[in-house]
Amino acid sequence: MRTRVKTRLIIVFIVLIGALVSVTPSLTGSLPGWWTKILPSKAIQLGLDLKGGMELLLEVQTDEAVNNGLSRVASDLKTIFKDRKIRLRRAETTGFNRLVVEVRREKYRDDAMTVIREEFPGTIVTENSETKVIVSYPESEIKRIRENAVVQAVETIRSRVDEFGVTEPTILRQGESRILIQLPGVEDPQRAITLIKRSAVLKFMLVDEGASPDSVPFGDVVLYGKDYDAATKRVRRTPYVVEDRILLTGDTIKDARVRYDSQYGQPYVSLTFDSVGARIFEQVTGDHVKERLAIVLDENVYSAPVIQERISGGQASISGSFTADEATDLAIVLRAGSLPAPVKILQKWTVSPSLGSDSIRKGLMSIVFGFSLVIVFMVFYFRLSGIVANIALVMNLIIIMAVLAVFQATLTLPGIAGIVLTIGMAVDANVLIFERIKEELRTGKTVRAAIDGGYGKALLTIVDANVTTLIAALVLFQFGTGQVKGFAVTLSVGVLASMFTAIFVSRVIFEAYLENRTLNELSI
Amino acid sequence: MDVIKPGIDVDFINKKRMAFIFSLVIVLIGIGSLVVKGGPRYGIDFAGGTLVQVKFDQVPDVGEIRSALGEEGLGSSVIQSLGEDKVAIRLKSEENQTDTVSDDVFAILVQRFGQDKVSLELVEMVGPQVGADMRRKGILSILYAMVGILIYVTVRFQFRFALGAIAALVHDIVITVGVFSLFDKEFTLPVIAALLTIIGYSLNDTIVVYDRIRENIRRTPKEKLAVVVNNSINQTLSRTILTSGTTLIVVACLFILGGEVIHDFSFALIVGVLVGTYSSIFIASPILLMGGRGIVSARTSVR
Repeated sequence: MRTRVKTRLIIVFIVLIGALVSVTPSLTGSLPGWWTKILPSKAIQLGLDLKGGMELLLEVQTDEAVNNGLSRVASDLKTIFKDRKIRLRRAETTGFNRLVVEVRREKYRDDAMTVIREEFPGTIVTENSETKVIVSYPESEIKRIRENAVVQAVETIRSRVDEFGVTEPTILRQGESRILIQLPGVEDPQRAITLIKRSAVLKFMLVDEGASPDSVPFGDVVLYGKDYDAATKRVRRTPYVVEDRILLTGDTIKDARVRYDSQYGQPYVSLTFDSVGARIFEQVTGDHVKERLAIVLDENVYSAPVIQERISGGQASISGSFTADEATDLAIVLRAGSLPAPVKILQKWTVSPSLGSDSIRKGLMSIVFGFSLVIVFMVFYFRLSGIVANIALVMNLIIIMAVLAVFQATLTLPGIAGIVLTIGMAVDANVLIFERIKEELRTGKTVRAAIDGGYGKALLTIVDANVTTLIAALVLFQFGTGQVKGFAVTLSVGVLASMFTAIFVSRVIFEAYLENRTLNELSI
Repeated sequence: MDVIKPGIDVDFINKKRMAFIFSLVIVLIGIGSLVVKGGPRYGIDFAGGTLVQVKFDQVPDVGEIRSALGEEGLGSSVIQSLGEDKVAIRLKSEENQTDTVSDDVFAILVQRFGQDKVSLELVEMVGPQVGADMRRKGILSILYAMVGILIYVTVRFQFRFALGAIAALVHDIVITVGVFSLFDKEFTLPVIAALLTIIGYSLNDTIVVYDRIRENIRRTPKEKLAVVVNNSINQTLSRTILTSGTTLIVVACLFILGGEVIHDFSFALIVGVLVGTYSSIFIASPILLMGGRGIVSARTSVR
């Protein structure tokens, strides 16, 4: 056999074996030890629409992060002004990046401004009227807050999701303030979403015992607690009047665990503060014995137990009518930390695993049917040469699968459609070549010359035609979402593979066959 | 075997008036349908909203579902039976709609039909801004693809060839969109993907013919361009029919066996393949001829 044909044949075999090896991990679950060490061992990645799972696109409401910062300033100012004897009428955020501080008398205003500038040097303080002062953040600070909010949100969500126990979650920042989350195979998507979305802002505040919710004293605020009444099976909202002063926040929590109460077996969450938190907690409990301490989570009063005595161990517990799941989720969220700003769900996609496997089945059936029909047709129309084309087609499929596996590209349902489409279009290259060969034969050329002529002339046309499909696939890849990207990938890979198999592989088969034979006639 | 006789010589070019009228009629029907129905039917990908797909134990009564939802104020939802035991419920996106609407819908169904009689298969929720974003991207991607192709064909052949190609593409897209509207099919992202694929595929066809035209021009430079073009079409007819045939077989398999998830997608592909083949023969080449002044000698029309 001529060296040229021999080399080409060897190349084809190497590619074939390589492809088969790459595809094997996707076909069997268990690979022997020696295999995983040196050979490709990753199976094809299935997309969410085939595996089941959930995808979320969130947007961090960074405007609120900015406002939250000013709210904290307002809260601190109330305490500070009280100490400095500056009489305050109100301190409220309005609109975006605008904290209005109003003092009772004109004489307090300038002092107020000085104090604010001292305590909060990063802010812009301007006078608005004789008694009003506006506090706001400069651009640079706004930018910093926004950036931090998103970075922290990603980290917090990552911790929460990690605890949730999903295999291979994806949490990616997208653009300035969006986060993409993918949880393949998640069992309870609703619970996962609740877990991710919760602000989880924990505050400890004092209940103002004497006050009534109907006439709220200055410096207090009304918050509600939700109590589930087992008797009436309804949720009651109980109002609590609390001092609008945050004594302690969830930032100081070092650990949170679910424990079971020895008496009734009810779950509760046990908190451990860090040293700073422990110290503050000790002081607060010591200063306010016999008063009620409201434990507020996301503006809801979870419970408001009476402080029996000074607590110095740095431990507290949150109990309420929890189910075990609720307690676990609460612990997760307290451990991971609160979200710096609320997140809004822009897009949500959940697929049940049953629908996923249904889609796989249907997709595979389409491939099998389509493939079989095309194979039969090829032999029917091109006779023995059709078999050559079919060999190329089989190899085409194996190569596509192998490339997907090796590059860990995700296979989606449209991706499967892309493979089916490739089967139909792969035929095209072969048809171009074979029709050309037929033409050459008709002009009286020898079989060998006809084959050479056919391949030669068809080559440029094949490349030209397929490039346009590749351009379309490229654009699709750029603009599409996950599902559509999967389609673009399989289409591109399929087109390239079909070019290779039609131009190179089928020709090698012809040449190898013709090596030491002279054919007067070609079955085509 | 030869389906198309080798010496075939149909006069395609002279049939162009008939072809143009035929195309015009279909285009007008399509546009008419769009106008009557107030634009294409956007799926949630583009319009925003929520889709909940539920699988029941047995074939459910759509009326019962509607009343159950209506009681809870969700009466404006569109309920579609997907055959067998599946139902798709769509809600438009509204200002105050929370992102837990899908949970509410499922909870209502569980309450009405029983916990183990319903299972949640698919939930899709797209906020209005994301939907608008997608619309923009979808249109942009089609435009970009067309520009890319225009450039490519101009480089490989010549500008007037590109004109013919673009004319065929626009023709294909308009007809496909029109047919979609006529059959009340939904436009989702995968459908745009199908459109782009059709663009690529239709161009395949067109380029094969163009390639043959170019080769024939080189072989018989003194021949009238119209004659050359016609011959080229005839010569490539066999290949065109074959490839379209096999692609159609394959896409038909997808359409029939692929399941409801990619149903609209494969429908678009079927329409696209048919129209794409037709346009390569009857639209691209005649426009190519019209691109110059009168009948030009073949030699001067190609580098």
